Amino acid sequence: MAQETLSGWVRKLQAREVSSRELTQLYLDRIERLDPQLNSFITVTAEQALAQADAADARLAKGEQSPLLGVPIAQKDIFCTEGVRTSCGSRMLDPFVSPYNATVVERMSADGAVMLGKTNMDEFAMGSSNETSFFGPVRNPWDTERVPGGSSGGSAAAVGARLVPGATGTDTGGSIRQPAAFCGITGLKPTYGRVSRYGMIAFASSLDQGGPMAATAEDCGLMLNSMAGFDERDSTSVERPAEDFTAGLNQELKGLRIGLPTEFFGEAGLDERVRGVIDAAIEVLKGRGAEVREVALPNSHLSVPAYYVVAPAECSSNLARFDGVRYGYRCENPEDLMDLYTRSRGEGFGDEVKRRIMVGTYVLSAGYYDAYYLKAQKVRRIIADDFRCAFEDVDVLLAPTTPELPFALGAKADPVSMYLSDIYTIAANLAGLPAMSLPAGEIDGLPVGLQLIGNYFDEARLLGVAHQYQQETDWHARVPAAFA
Amino acid sequence: MSVDTSEVRRIAHLSRLAMNDDQARDFAGGLSDIFAFVEQLDGAAIDGVEPMAHPLDAEQRLRPDAVTESDRRETFQAIAPAVEGGLYLVPRVIE
Repeated sequence: MAQETLSGWVRKLQAREVSSRELTQLYLDRIERLDPQLNSFITVTAEQALAQADAADARLAKGEQSPLLGVPIAQKDIFCTEGVRTSCGSRMLDPFVSPYNATVVERMSADGAVMLGKTNMDEFAMGSSNETSFFGPVRNPWDTERVPGGSSGGSAAAVGARLVPGATGTDTGGSIRQPAAFCGITGLKPTYGRVSRYGMIAFASSLDQGGPMAATAEDCGLMLNSMAGFDERDSTSVERPAEDFTAGLNQELKGLRIGLPTEFFGEAGLDERVRGVIDAAIEVLKGRGAEVREVALPNSHLSVPAYYVVAPAECSSNLARFDGVRYGYRCENPEDLMDLYTRSRGEGFGDEVKRRIMVGTYVLSAGYYDAYYLKAQKVRRIIADDFRCAFEDVDVLLAPTTPELPFALGAKADPVSMYLSDIYTIAANLAGLPAMSLPAGEIDGLPVGLQLIGNYFDEARLLGVAHQYQQETDWHARVPAAFA
Repeated sequence: MSVDTSEVRRIAHLSRLAMNDDQARDFAGGLSDIFAFVEQLDGAAIDGVEPMAHPLDAEQRLRPDAVTESDRRETFQAIAPAVEGGLYLVPRVIE
């Protein structure tokens, strides 16, 4: 039963073959029974979910056709939910019950989606393994000794284990795509500005973007239809007419021009077995009529270093708001105001968050701005220009999502080696482009992700290519044996 | 670039993060590695390149200077660590 996709449930709900309450109970039971092995949820909102399900059933009975009506989903715990703890994976916000809803939560709830709970994540979305969460690491459903990726590791593991048919994620440097690849699911980071950042707790504001995570491209399209849209409360929200992101699903691939960035295949560190999976996926797409050519992204090697200036700089500014005064964690018995600030922050934040705040504070401190932040923002421009050139000749770019298979818990102890696990995902964030990961194979029982990067606002085409691939393959339908 | 324990403590102070010498020592290695790693940017060909603040070069949207939010002070103060009479409480600042 739980193997059904989100789009499959939508059809069954609309046909009244299943009620939202039955569906919600099915997944709540699975979470209760199976999540102790994964730790993918921080908060389960069972009572509220059943009430939402009953409301959805009433709307369905009246013949309403809203696509997500009655469908159980989970929200990454970075999205503010009114009256429900919103921790962002941090001790700092452990006691924080949000007084308002994020726009994404508001939109999905208005469309009738049923929220089962809030998913675990790296603290403040800073991490690539979900090991930095104050609430403990999430485990990969394909092998519980391995990480699910991060920062949206809870959402990815929950969908991978079919504890929920779809979940939201956020992607600042790969935080939707890398965990999607590690957990064998489909995930999309939209064009910067598509999905409102209002009520999505800020990490690096010029890079952060919310997006859907589910079993299939079609599922992601349905979710994105609800999540995306102009929001005047987000100053960088793009003003464009509403779009149906499922419109390109049945577009044939004949004549599609796919670019393979040579830099994403030649760099040392790419596991040969992963490369083999990607090569096989390229053959599938060629078989459906796509044309493939090599393209160059000559500055892509500068992506990770540029990111680790820009992202920490913005993080240090954004996280300055956590001061122990207005909300969140406050230390015991502060001696004076400075002691209140420094101990509340020193005790409330974990090590990776502190590390990034310090890197950001340093690169923005007097005398260093030009040498770091300004330089990184210039590098960002040349990286974006490389993509512009590439998209003059091709329609989409194709690459591995990650250079390697899901790694063991504790395997990457030093920060820089952890940062390099996002080597293929970060460039799309710096350029603001839409990009997705979809399952394309298995090695030793572990899933491998294929990445597609599109031109600005080309999400419908990306989802179409992915959907066509998923018509020919069944990697997206596989569920780890322990959770089948 | 390499940072020593005293430099880590200086940055931690600027960041308003309480940190003792042992903790600063633990952070020094990782921070040094990160600063060394980002030095790769020094080789970038960026002469005459405009820094990129927004991928779509969007400009700040303006709106009329009118009240759009309602007063929710009580709701917001209900989640504060310490309030009294509608004010947020902090340790005495002026003796």
